[in-house]
Amino acid sequence: MTRKAVALISGGLDSLLAARLIQQQGIQVEGINFYTGFCVEGHTHAIRSRDRKRAKRNNALWVAEQLGIKLHIIDIVEEYKDVVINPKHGYGANLNPCLDCKIFMVRKAHEWIRDNGFDFIITGEVIGQRPKSQRKRCMPVIASESGADDLLLRPLCAKNLPATLPEREGWIERELLRDFSGRSRKPQMALATEFGFDDYAQPAGGCCFLTDHTYSVKLQDLWDNRGNREYELDDIMLLKVGRHIRPSKHFKLIIAREEGENNFLSGYKNQFQSIKTVSHPGPLALIEGEPLDDSQVELACAITARFSKGRDADSVELRFSNGGQDSRSVHVKPLTADQIKQDWIIA
Amino acid sequence: MSDIVEVDARRLFCPLPVIRLQNCINKQIAGTRVRVVSTDPGSMNDIPTWCRINGHQVLESQERDREYIFLVQKGDDGSEG
Repeated sequence: MTRKAVALISGGLDSLLAARLIQQQGIQVEGINFYTGFCVEGHTHAIRSRDRKRAKRNNALWVAEQLGIKLHIIDIVEEYKDVVINPKHGYGANLNPCLDCKIFMVRKAHEWIRDNGFDFIITGEVIGQRPKSQRKRCMPVIASESGADDLLLRPLCAKNLPATLPEREGWIERELLRDFSGRSRKPQMALATEFGFDDYAQPAGGCCFLTDHTYSVKLQDLWDNRGNREYELDDIMLLKVGRHIRPSKHFKLIIAREEGENNFLSGYKNQFQSIKTVSHPGPLALIEGEPLDDSQVELACAITARFSKGRDADSVELRFSNGGQDSRSVHVKPLTADQIKQDWIIA
Repeated sequence: MSDIVEVDARRLFCPLPVIRLQNCINKQIAGTRVRVVSTDPGSMNDIPTWCRINGHQVLESQERDREYIFLVQKGDDGSEG
């Protein structure tokens, strides 16, 4: 009887190698990839004009194709909010709930194997690879709190851990697994060479915006100024785009930095108040927050004009639109660089 | 020939267009044709790749006015995508 395993595929090297090690033992492997909304995967490249010509690929799909396996991509945006908002094990250096995230994903994978008749779960975890979620003492925590227990096999470091069910039952030959540990990438690179993989994605991590300091600052600002820690998919998408400037507790500006961001933000014009430079080439800005009064409109326009080609002009004309319903022309003198206060700039 | 099932994945970014297509195809029977429209240029790689690895066939693909349009036929291996 052919045993079946599902591999958590992030698109990075470790999960690629872990899955290949298990395939080599005659196990039928399929991949699973979770979409949280915070995935770095291609969004900024897709939005920004200067990046549009770069080769684009979804690394998880690419890994699956290298392995010759099916890939199931699961949208967990809604369920994942609780992981981000209430991480039982806390955050890492930024707003990254890495341990809770791993537990959540393994739990989802465990549900998936039960529903789909698979036998066990593979991850690319390596003891000591990550400061938060891959410490040795975290490994049993992930296995137990996810409910996967000894159905969770980490092929790259299995020989440093107690034998799992697939090993004890003889579905997997433990001696063929690895004993990687620590932050060095050399063992993985050597194994990649052995397997003939030479075009893999980033060697480790970097696939989640929550590990990014600037992004986390913007998310914290959003929560602080809303008075709660809720978010929608559009919120976290918009945090990936533009300059974020908050001149008041009541509103912030999201100002496009180039044409691609202009195009992206224009898709939100009917949901937000917005400002567009008219008399000079310049950016589109969305206003996130409460409806603006006249003095706030003038300030928001003067800030936006600062980032237009008319920044040194005596007067710049802009069009202020109220959620796509009505609009009016506004003439302002752009703020100078000194007048944009440093503490307005979120990121 | 059966009707074409339409999937609108405009204004979504990778991997959401693929997820929308996947979730639609999983509900169809083998041979069903699905047309997906995306505005994410990454779809030009992602959707054909997803189809290849999951046993579905891209019958047509085209770019028109910054939209990427694929006509996909569900494979007949009996399993979901």
